[in-house]
Amino acid sequence: HSAGLHYPGASVPAYSTFCCLSGDEQDLNERLKRLYPAVNEEETPLPRSWSPKDKYSYIGLSQNNLRVHYKGHGKNHKDAASVRATHPIPAACGIYYFEVKIVSKGRDGYMGIGLSAQGVNMNRLPGWDKHSYGYHGDDGHSFCSSGTGHPYGPTFTTGDVIGCCVNLINNTCFYTKNGISLGVAFTDLPPNLYPTVGLQTPGEIVDANFGQQPFVFDIEDYMSEWRAKIHGMIARFPIGDRLGEWQAVLQNMVSSYLVHHGYCATATSFARATQTMIQEDQTSIKNRQRIQKLVLAGRVGEAIEATQQLYPGLLERNPNLLFVLKCRQFVEMVNGTDSEVRCLAIRSPKSQDSYPGSPNLSPRHGASNPHLHTGGTESPTCSNGVTPLKSKNRSSIKYPSASSSASSSTSSSPSSINYSESNSSDSTKSQPRSANSTQETRWETLEKKPNIYIYILYIDSEMEIEAEHYSNGVVDGSSARIMNGTYKHEEILQPDDNSVDEECSNGRQLCGGNQAATERMIQFGRELQALNEQLCREYGKNAAHKKMLQDAFSLLAYSDPWNCPVGQQLDPTQRESLCSALNSAILESQNLPKHPPLMLALGQATACVQLMARVRSGSCSFARVDNFLH
Amino acid sequence: MQEVTATSRHYVDRLFDPDPQKVLQGVIDMKNAVIGNNKQKANLIVLGAVPRLLYLLQQSSSGLDLRTECAVVLGSLAMGTENNIKSLVDCHIIPALLQGLLSPELIFIEACLRCLRTVFISPVTPVQLLYTVSILFFLFSVFTSDHQTVLFNHSAVQHIAPLLISPSYKVRMQALKCFSVLAYENTQVSMTLVNVLVDGEPLSQVFVRMMQRDQPVEMQLTAAKCLTFMCRAGAIQTEESCIVLKTLPCLVRMCSKDHLLEERVDGAETLAYLIEPDVELQRIASTTDHLVAMLADYFKYPSSVSAITDIKRLDHDLKHAHELRQAAFKLYASLGSNDEDIRKKITDTENMMDRIVSGLSESSIKVRLAAVRCLHSLSRSVQQLRTSFHDHAVWKPLMKLLQNAPDDVLIMASSTLCNLLLEFSPSKEPILESGVIELLCSLTQSDSPALRINGIWALMNMAFQADQKVKVEIVGCLGTEQLFRLLSDPDNSVLMKTLGLLRNLLSTRPHIDQIMSSHGKQIMQAVTLILEAEQSIEVKEQTLCILANIADGNTAKDLIMTNDDMLQKIKYYMSHSSVKLQLAATFCISNLIWNEEDGSQERQDKLRELGFVDVLHKLSQASDPNLSDRAKTAMQQYLA
Repeated sequence: HSAGLHYPGASVPAYSTFCCLSGDEQDLNERLKRLYPAVNEEETPLPRSWSPKDKYSYIGLSQNNLRVHYKGHGKNHKDAASVRATHPIPAACGIYYFEVKIVSKGRDGYMGIGLSAQGVNMNRLPGWDKHSYGYHGDDGHSFCSSGTGHPYGPTFTTGDVIGCCVNLINNTCFYTKNGISLGVAFTDLPPNLYPTVGLQTPGEIVDANFGQQPFVFDIEDYMSEWRAKIHGMIARFPIGDRLGEWQAVLQNMVSSYLVHHGYCATATSFARATQTMIQEDQTSIKNRQRIQKLVLAGRVGEAIEATQQLYPGLLERNPNLLFVLKCRQFVEMVNGTDSEVRCLAIRSPKSQDSYPGSPNLSPRHGASNPHLHTGGTESPTCSNGVTPLKSKNRSSIKYPSASSSASSSTSSSPSSINYSESNSSDSTKSQPRSANSTQETRWETLEKKPNIYIYILYIDSEMEIEAEHYSNGVVDGSSARIMNGTYKHEEILQPDDNSVDEECSNGRQLCGGNQAATERMIQFGRELQALNEQLCREYGKNAAHKKMLQDAFSLLAYSDPWNCPVGQQLDPTQRESLCSALNSAILESQNLPKHPPLMLALGQATACVQLMARVRSGSCSFARVDNFLH
Repeated sequence: MQEVTATSRHYVDRLFDPDPQKVLQGVIDMKNAVIGNNKQKANLIVLGAVPRLLYLLQQSSSGLDLRTECAVVLGSLAMGTENNIKSLVDCHIIPALLQGLLSPELIFIEACLRCLRTVFISPVTPVQLLYTVSILFFLFSVFTSDHQTVLFNHSAVQHIAPLLISPSYKVRMQALKCFSVLAYENTQVSMTLVNVLVDGEPLSQVFVRMMQRDQPVEMQLTAAKCLTFMCRAGAIQTEESCIVLKTLPCLVRMCSKDHLLEERVDGAETLAYLIEPDVELQRIASTTDHLVAMLADYFKYPSSVSAITDIKRLDHDLKHAHELRQAAFKLYASLGSNDEDIRKKITDTENMMDRIVSGLSESSIKVRLAAVRCLHSLSRSVQQLRTSFHDHAVWKPLMKLLQNAPDDVLIMASSTLCNLLLEFSPSKEPILESGVIELLCSLTQSDSPALRINGIWALMNMAFQADQKVKVEIVGCLGTEQLFRLLSDPDNSVLMKTLGLLRNLLSTRPHIDQIMSSHGKQIMQAVTLILEAEQSIEVKEQTLCILANIADGNTAKDLIMTNDDMLQKIKYYMSHSSVKLQLAATFCISNLIWNEEDGSQERQDKLRELGFVDVLHKLSQASDPNLSDRAKTAMQQYLA
């Protein structure tokens, strides 16, 4: 009676062949991603094979747990055996589909294909018990949680491909036979069903396709119909019937968005066209826009000044924001984009001397960095009358003790910068050199060894911080290098030419390659350090601040900060979050919404769709927010 | 007059202004000037405004507004006298306007279309030209196959195909409709279509894309029609996936409740047409999306709900109720035309037989015809004849339908009747009693060969193993004259069925003698005529079988025995090259010499004299076992 155990299943060609597993695996992942884009597999994994743990003992699995064969006696219905897939069908699929090919109908072809919930008896065919559903090959009947079937479709046998489609939007299921839909089999399905097959007589073999192969039935076409249906539902969703109310809401959404981001001209013409009011006055919008532009251009110092001038007390009330801004300013100094170092760098006699005709200060800088370029060309600092005022402000308020001769000369003669930029600078180059003559030699020796800077920075700061600094992180290693580097020594003592070549080829140098600027940066770093300590004293330790400061200082530990583990900070895109935080703070101080209602609505919609997936509403699959964003 | 020309001149001059803004204003002014002013129109045409307007219309640099206004002015000019239209056509306005239809701008397309319509409505536009241009089919909805051919010969296909990928939905849709009209029952067009490429893609694939489920229903349905027509014309095989996996499921979907009543009618009729000749497609369709059950819903209009709640809806439902029913009957007829299981599925559908029965007596002729087609399709099943047909007494409304029905209904109804008169059909008795013979006899006199066949076929079935009374009635009603006329019918199948009828009439000895005693002379004449004529083997075999039946009678035998000429003919066929004829002739002789009957000795003697024994002896050694057996049995009659 055990003949069935040795049914020659292996000689039958497999539905899925696995000549190149990794390639197939990749195909499977891609196909599943395309079919079920809304499914988050970390929360709800998709079924990919039959479960070797969730099956009756008369079931044998092979071919990567995709092939199922019967190995029981098959005397009567008590010998029926089922297997479930590894995972239940996630609701976020919207529409889920799998196919089963009948490799052999065995002795009697008592095969059932369907769905069952976790825990349903596996010594049965799918459909016979509560929370179990099946379509049986011998009579073509459907079994809906009952021992008696209903006439449903044709019978199926060896060679047929049976598909099972679960519609999680209306909780129905239909089957397909050889690519033809047989119509709805079950309605009101419960959630969390597993793909299930059951066999009952010796020799029965079936292969599953959970997406490993293209399906015989065109499931994507079926999905497209539902996508269109749901999009149509959304488009036709009934809205408030009071005349003009909805329109007013939409106009306000658009208008407030434009205002929020400071698109002043667009907002004004939009308001004119729609005959609506703008909540904020135009100068205020323009001011915010200017500050945002400065931040995005990397000219954080100027942005801070402008903020302090236009919104007095704002940053004082937000010391954390001020700290973050200053950290960014430091990073931009390293980048050579902050106006303080930029003005110095442009006039830098050192670089002009060392590399005559080198494009260090020329548009190449800008070309490699569009943000920077824009900032440079639009630069109001150096060409209009407002800036000198601001700069004076700055030097008096912000850096009363630190104002160096270099920076003050910059701010007092802004017009000369543009001039010197375009001309050869025989007169200007001597000026800062004489002014900084005492420090000159020191920087001369150090300038090509930037990792020294960090040392200097820390030596001047408190020991406590230094000690902490040694105990962790990236910076730790780099500091250690300086302290006891044997082979690091070589790096430090590398011939200048090498690093010169390197820097030249990158077109980027620390603080724009200017010595005075570097000096200013170090000084600024110390102030920043001091600010941090002050904040610690007043508000207690702030881990985020500490990390930020360390990351910023760590830039100095590398000869090429742009290509180092913390170099990401120098990317201009990093300015965006800071820019919007500053913008929000300003708006909040003016009693305006911190976030534009449009973004709130968008965030809310996105969260809703995610929530829909969790509460098992299948339509979330076709109501994704990004379908509506262009 | 002078003054009018001067202002007209001014209008034309402005069309040549270098400033496009001024040109636009000029065209707009011209538009306002020509409205309703035939003289102005004529003047402008004489002054050469048309070529300039056409030039501006064709330049993409002209801008949308200007091009649209040009088309409007041209349309306005076309509204004038017939001479105007002639001038416009002479300036090649049509190709320019057609080119304009390819534009992505709907407003411009509409202006071009409006102008085109004005031009084509005119009787002066040469018909030949009308066909050269593919597009007009927007404007003409009814086509004959002549139209198709003319259009085809003027390379309509090549012109319309690119419009299928036009950015405008309306244009795509119209082009698609053109193809559905062109391909309908036209092998030549269909064969060409399969080889057409649109932007590198085969036309059938373009149609398949148009059937995608997220496309508008109208487009899905029309694309499915195109593929259906191409398939029925033999250009696409029925087993190809674009038919089995795309067209068929698409049409089944169209039958679902989700769609408009018009779409459901169209879907069902197209599907019926698609699957009509192919049993495999019938099987697939019968299992797709519960189609058989889905169609039952077509009979539920107007629904009781709509009657109460919504007058407008009731009106709508009523209008479509007939269409829905006839479409469902048609599709059931196609579905059930070959497969016994499908027929069972159909008759098992709720109230199906009742619906057919009431459909047979509906006021709408379309519904009656479709219902009887459905009944005919189901009547091919022995099982259904024995069960549901009898239970529902379908013969009654069928008999009623046969009275004064138009030919197409009559053909279907009489064909169904043939099946109901088969000997195993329980309906045969009541039908006989209802006095159908006269009706059937009158059918045999019809001009339509199909009706003549059905009439004689039904009589043949009726005479099979029938009572003597029935047989006498048939012969009496039909009349020998009509019988002979049918035996010389130009249609071979009519002749065969008539011989079949004679054979059935001449069975069992008392019947043979009775009929031969009254009509023996005429029948013998007819048999002689056929055996002497150039006829197929089958016809002659039937005739010899009739003769064998006559030879089985008691008194009827004499009609052969006294006819030496006939005996010679039998002898001739016993040595014929066709075994079938040899066998039938031998049968005849065997009946004549059968022992236990009166006068068998005399007949044996006579036939021996005529040399039949030698022939039988020879045949007893024939290679065909049936023939040699038959000959040996006959020989034994002599020995006993």
